[in-house]
Amino acid sequence: MDFMVFQYPMITVQACLDGILLGILFALIAYGMALQWGVMNIINIAQGDLVILGGYIAYFMYLYGIHPAWGVIVAPVIMYFLGVLIYKLVINKVVDRDLFISILATFGISILFMQLMNFAFGADVVLANSDYGTTMLFNNNVVLPNSKLFSAFISILFAICLVIYMKKSKLGRAIRATAQNARAAKILGVDTEKVYAATFGINAALCGVAGALISITFTIHPYMGLPYTIRSFMIVIVAGLGNLPGVAMSGMGLGVFEEFADYILGTEFRIGSVFLLLVLILVYRRFKLSRKREYLK
Amino acid sequence: MNKNNLILYSGILIFGLVAPFLFPAFKVQLSILCVLIVLATTWNIQGGEMGYNSFGNILFYGLGMYLCASVQVGMFFPLAEWTESGGEKTFVHTPTQFFQGMAVGLVVAAIVPTIIAGLIGYSILGLRGHYFAICTLGLGVAAGEISGGIEIIGAGQGFTTPPFPDVGSLEARGEFFYFLSFFTLILTFIAVRSIYSTRFKLILNAIRDNEDKAEAMGIETMKYKIIGWMISAFFCGLAGGIMGGLVGYIDSTDVAFDGREMGVFMVLMAILGGKGTLWGPIIGATIFHIFKEGFWTFFLGWQYVALGVLIVVIVIYFPEGIMGWLREKYPERFGEVVDEKDRKAQVELK
Repeated sequence: MDFMVFQYPMITVQACLDGILLGILFALIAYGMALQWGVMNIINIAQGDLVILGGYIAYFMYLYGIHPAWGVIVAPVIMYFLGVLIYKLVINKVVDRDLFISILATFGISILFMQLMNFAFGADVVLANSDYGTTMLFNNNVVLPNSKLFSAFISILFAICLVIYMKKSKLGRAIRATAQNARAAKILGVDTEKVYAATFGINAALCGVAGALISITFTIHPYMGLPYTIRSFMIVIVAGLGNLPGVAMSGMGLGVFEEFADYILGTEFRIGSVFLLLVLILVYRRFKLSRKREYLK
Repeated sequence: MNKNNLILYSGILIFGLVAPFLFPAFKVQLSILCVLIVLATTWNIQGGEMGYNSFGNILFYGLGMYLCASVQVGMFFPLAEWTESGGEKTFVHTPTQFFQGMAVGLVVAAIVPTIIAGLIGYSILGLRGHYFAICTLGLGVAAGEISGGIEIIGAGQGFTTPPFPDVGSLEARGEFFYFLSFFTLILTFIAVRSIYSTRFKLILNAIRDNEDKAEAMGIETMKYKIIGWMISAFFCGLAGGIMGGLVGYIDSTDVAFDGREMGVFMVLMAILGGKGTLWGPIIGATIFHIFKEGFWTFFLGWQYVALGVLIVVIVIYFPEGIMGWLREKYPERFGEVVDEKDRKAQVELK
């Protein structure tokens, strides 16, 4: 236990800013999670692995001499088609089944991806260097890498574009209709199968963007996927489905929590504290609901 | 118990007793198989019968593993120095110390997880469906990450369990662990079988089928859910303790709280064999273990790829499992009365 973070205001500011910038990225991943959960009623455990895969696409561009920031455009395109492929092969068989089946099936996909990435890219922790330099604030006491600012900016940009797309476009309307009532949408001529495929593809593309940004700002490793899944799940259950400002807020909150946990408990307990927080949030909500004789379902 | 069952049980018992002498090279594999069957069968109590699909039973398994080894060391030597020295054998257990420590360790490894399951049960089991699944997944991973940061049990570098003492024969270690795990398996089977013939099992099934109705019928569902989870935890802890001694080395995320491997294996074995049946998990575990060892031996490196594909295929195409398939094919064998007219109508429909 180390409470130094509270004794020096500059470290507190640093942790808060880092956490907020990190949280915006989490919120982007969580938005994809909320989308597929709301539309297809699927919890995708492989979410985090899609993120890491997106990161590796940017990393490879970096290795071949292209600036990794272009990964923000390339990764979602590749990931969209990969997402549609995964949907066609696996997800369309579990859409209307029990949620546990989808959890287990995506767990299988997650293990598969983890190991394939381990083969293809090796088990080293890597990052794509963007050479963006750093910004100093408050008399050089707070250090902000420009790549973090860049990643937060890009995430917000993508989120806004997606929200507008969902509101205005034909496909966006079809997706929202399917989320409300799949059967009614089908009767009214929406090709739900196509909508599901597109939803999963968009989710994978969002993961690709987030992954490319993570590979620039932080590090990636083939086995680092599951914490991202758990974080996005946590953000979605705190915010609720279809509550976008809530997703953004709880994403940033989680980012700040993690930075403080990192300072106070030490880096080795960082992931553990995320998972414990998930358990605590679920238990808290369970007790809150049980007073009204309801339960989380 | 009718005559056929008697022959079957005694056949398995005799096979189990002579197996380590018939196949001495496979003793370790057979012990692991016994542990896997114990895990699958006890996962089935709350996963299959109660309908609470948990990814978190690995928590009790890992706890049992750490507790058993810690007690075994801590009874005779300072635990902190033991873990600090790593694999160095500055402290050596005498045979009496080893077996005494193991016995006490196993008791602790079984009882503490049971108590923990009872304590957290009220909070966790109030969640339903996939919230329960994700919450228990989080519990398992959190336990692994946190135990990987605790110094006294070896932190990131792992914990070496006491080496088997020199009692004369080279085969003794394998035989000891085989019979220990086989005995645990028999204990588990008898316990589970007797549970399944009581009202308790019917209550668990009622909870699975419709919990609200079960509650409305006057069953205190929470009490039974906690008891069901505690039974699972008891045997998981026991199995973990044995497995720790068998492997000889405990690592927080790769051996003890290995949600990616053992935590999924339990679920997969039970589903492969057929959830909610007595024999399903046993058959599932046996087939799975043979398949897994084959893959681990011949396709080294690709085992997780195969595992991932296997999970997807089983879950999508085979969710009822082997017992479910048999039940559909031969309903009479399962004591289900099939109306002759009904069957004819079905054939005509096809």
